[in-house]
Amino acid sequence: MSSAQERIGVYVCHCGSNIAATVDVEAVSEWAGQELAGRGVVVARDSKFMCASSGQELIEKDIEELGLTRVVVAACSPHMHEKTFRGACARAGLNPYLCELVSIREQVSWVHSDRAAATAKAKAVIAGGVLRVGEHVPLEPLRVPINPTTLVVGGGIAGISTALEIADAGFPVHLVERQPSIGGHMAQFDKTFPTLDCAACILTPKMVDAGMHKGITLHTWSEVTDVKGYVGNFTVTIKERARYINAELCTGCGICQEKCPIRVQDNVFEAGLGFRKVAYMPFPQAVPKYPVIDGPNCTYFEKGTCKACEKFCPTNAIDFNQVDRDVIVEVGNIVLATGFELFDARRIEQYGYGRLPNVFTSLEFERMSNAAGPTNGRIVLRDGVTEPRSVGIIHCVGSRDRNYNSHCSAICCMQSLKFAHLIGDHTDATVHNFYIDIRAPGKAYDEFYQRVLEEGTIFVRGRVAEVTDSLRLPAEADAEGRLIIQVEDTLVGRQRRIPVDMVILAAGLEPPADAKETARLFGISCSSDGWVIERHPKLDPVATMTDGVFAAGCALGPRDIPASVSNGAAAAARILGRIQQKEMAIEPVRATVDEARCSGCRICNDLCPYNAIVYHADRAVTEVNPALCQGCGTCVAACPAGAISGTGFSDAQILSQIEGLLMVSASGQLREVVPA
Amino acid sequence: MSTTTTHAPAGPAPAGGSAFEPVMIGFTCNWCSYRAADLAGTARIKYPPNVRLIRLMCSGRLDPAFVLKAFAEGADGVMVSGCWPGECHYIEQNIKALRRLTLLRRVTEAMGIEPARLQLLWASAAEGQRFANEVGRIVEEVRALGPLAWGRDGARSPGSVEAALALAATGSSDPPPVSPADIDQPAPALAEVTA
Repeated sequence: MSSAQERIGVYVCHCGSNIAATVDVEAVSEWAGQELAGRGVVVARDSKFMCASSGQELIEKDIEELGLTRVVVAACSPHMHEKTFRGACARAGLNPYLCELVSIREQVSWVHSDRAAATAKAKAVIAGGVLRVGEHVPLEPLRVPINPTTLVVGGGIAGISTALEIADAGFPVHLVERQPSIGGHMAQFDKTFPTLDCAACILTPKMVDAGMHKGITLHTWSEVTDVKGYVGNFTVTIKERARYINAELCTGCGICQEKCPIRVQDNVFEAGLGFRKVAYMPFPQAVPKYPVIDGPNCTYFEKGTCKACEKFCPTNAIDFNQVDRDVIVEVGNIVLATGFELFDARRIEQYGYGRLPNVFTSLEFERMSNAAGPTNGRIVLRDGVTEPRSVGIIHCVGSRDRNYNSHCSAICCMQSLKFAHLIGDHTDATVHNFYIDIRAPGKAYDEFYQRVLEEGTIFVRGRVAEVTDSLRLPAEADAEGRLIIQVEDTLVGRQRRIPVDMVILAAGLEPPADAKETARLFGISCSSDGWVIERHPKLDPVATMTDGVFAAGCALGPRDIPASVSNGAAAAARILGRIQQKEMAIEPVRATVDEARCSGCRICNDLCPYNAIVYHADRAVTEVNPALCQGCGTCVAACPAGAISGTGFSDAQILSQIEGLLMVSASGQLREVVPA
Repeated sequence: MSTTTTHAPAGPAPAGGSAFEPVMIGFTCNWCSYRAADLAGTARIKYPPNVRLIRLMCSGRLDPAFVLKAFAEGADGVMVSGCWPGECHYIEQNIKALRRLTLLRRVTEAMGIEPARLQLLWASAAEGQRFANEVGRIVEEVRALGPLAWGRDGARSPGSVEAALALAATGSSDPPPVSPADIDQPAPALAEVTA
């Protein structure tokens, strides 16, 4: 047993009181020093904070003075501080992979309350680590080159910001957007809270910059369909859907759009409130400036005739023979800025959206209040002419509601306040806001709330029960044709029925419907509701657990424009740092085949999802390509000859760990050893 | 490894209680289920302290020998956890773990180890609460079974995989072996295995 020859140091962390409150740290440390001495432990110490420089110096000093050959730190999860303690070992000249961090915080003190049982488990966990570390071997990190090109998925404000930051630093970017134009949801908005900047005025220059930038290749009307490889070396397939427009020849004059005889409801950009042609640019400032022809709705594709666009196009840019094509790009890093979708307000039937014509969603109202929108900025009822005399804005529609989404959508309070202000600006209508809580924590947000209050907007605290057009009380006789909002006013403590002409539902933000497929495609995790999970929610908020894949904007969860822009810049900074390094070290967790023991049975050959396993028919042996291997270990477990070993997670390491974990009984005693 | 020694089973119950406290090994994957355990910790969600975790890169790394080793060293139960099918960090290796575990259970059952002692748990990195709930459920199921009794010498664990297999072969008359009819039954369905 190799650990008997090793000189192992055990370091048990109090983590302030995080561990020490539930685990008797001193006793555990003392126990390890005495009871595990036969397993190679030569020193066991405890420290208030092992991760502090004093704790790390403790390890370094012992390595130098006591000649430690292995180190076990019992502290937090390896996902937190594995690097820290490996670094301490490396500084003292010990190969960093000879250090094992075992978790007695996330896996012990934080999840158990019985001090005796938690202390016993901590002993077992340390014994597992001590036996395991004896089987560790020195390793060198693998160094992989970093391709300086970056893929940004999603062309909203977060994606545009990321792409511009990276391209401005001089490195190429591929920006992929599903819609015909970049711009995302921000392009649909009229004003932005709380400053009331015109959204288009601040966004379109950024869009133009991204479109004109030499370093940015736009792939609009496109989707990522395949991702292979690993950090620094991804191969990505982008499906560019046929636009039926030759981008080389198109000048963006718009004649095709003018001459196209078919009008369809625009459910994307105009949120269903307006129409567009079949040959169309979603909005005048679209980037790129060339339109698309919406194949499924086009008369030519349906009946074989029409081609009005082709007849009138002055540059012969219409090309009905275009087909979808796959573009394959090599990139080093990926940023997901895939944004959000609006909660479908039809799901809350009692609010009447889709049934009562004068109930609108927040996105419909954004388009209505936009001067370039379907009503040219006039706030009118569904009939298109009548100005409302009173408007009710219902907050938290599909948010903070366990029937739909438990999360707060973060932006709807401010958006609703903005709507209240805009309604006052454009009409003489009275505005009621129906809210649960007003959340206005951003810079100058609460000041905006105060301003809207002073403007005379009425606030009713309570979740709306129903929006209805059926009158119930004699006093409602004059409300014929209007909508009644039934709500419990929780500040007054009674039910109220408030007649209004127009209702706006502040619909919440949801992850895109295909968020899970996106996560699978890029090999990352998302929460059960579909938001991307950060590597660390506070300290690493734009990285994911998959090296080389970052996220920005609402893909991570609901957030406003300033936060999305900051996310984009943060992701760009992380990536630029890596590009500057030209290569990075990755964990040497790889499978290798001992050819002398390989019988060529080929059982492992079909198990690898990365095709990293190659069979050499001439020598009748199998080999693992370390560049493709991702270290899952499935082939290691499958090899009947034990010819494949996995660095970092070898059979010997895991079997020893099992033995160590089971050395200690549930009550914390070394289990009685009976000679066989 | 000290294969010449044998450990006695779980040992005395903690002071003050007479309840049997099972000792269990839980295999987790680096990406989903270990992260779920981390999340349960960060959120301070309490669950029983009986399961001792081992982090693998992927549930696909699970060598059946690891499970046999755990039982041989005196574990009363083993939990194998990984990403949900379709959400594996390594695309589909958790399915390979499922496949192996389904076969392995037939071996462990033939050795007289009750199916509830070898459980599979899918948990995504976001499911800290679920991880804690399921660990609680699995611990109670194993607790209800009592200590793992090995063959005729019910008081002792065999100490090595080899000894366990030998014990299973020679000591299988008491408790009676699983009948061939049981063995020939089709493998349990996915839902059954994951339940």
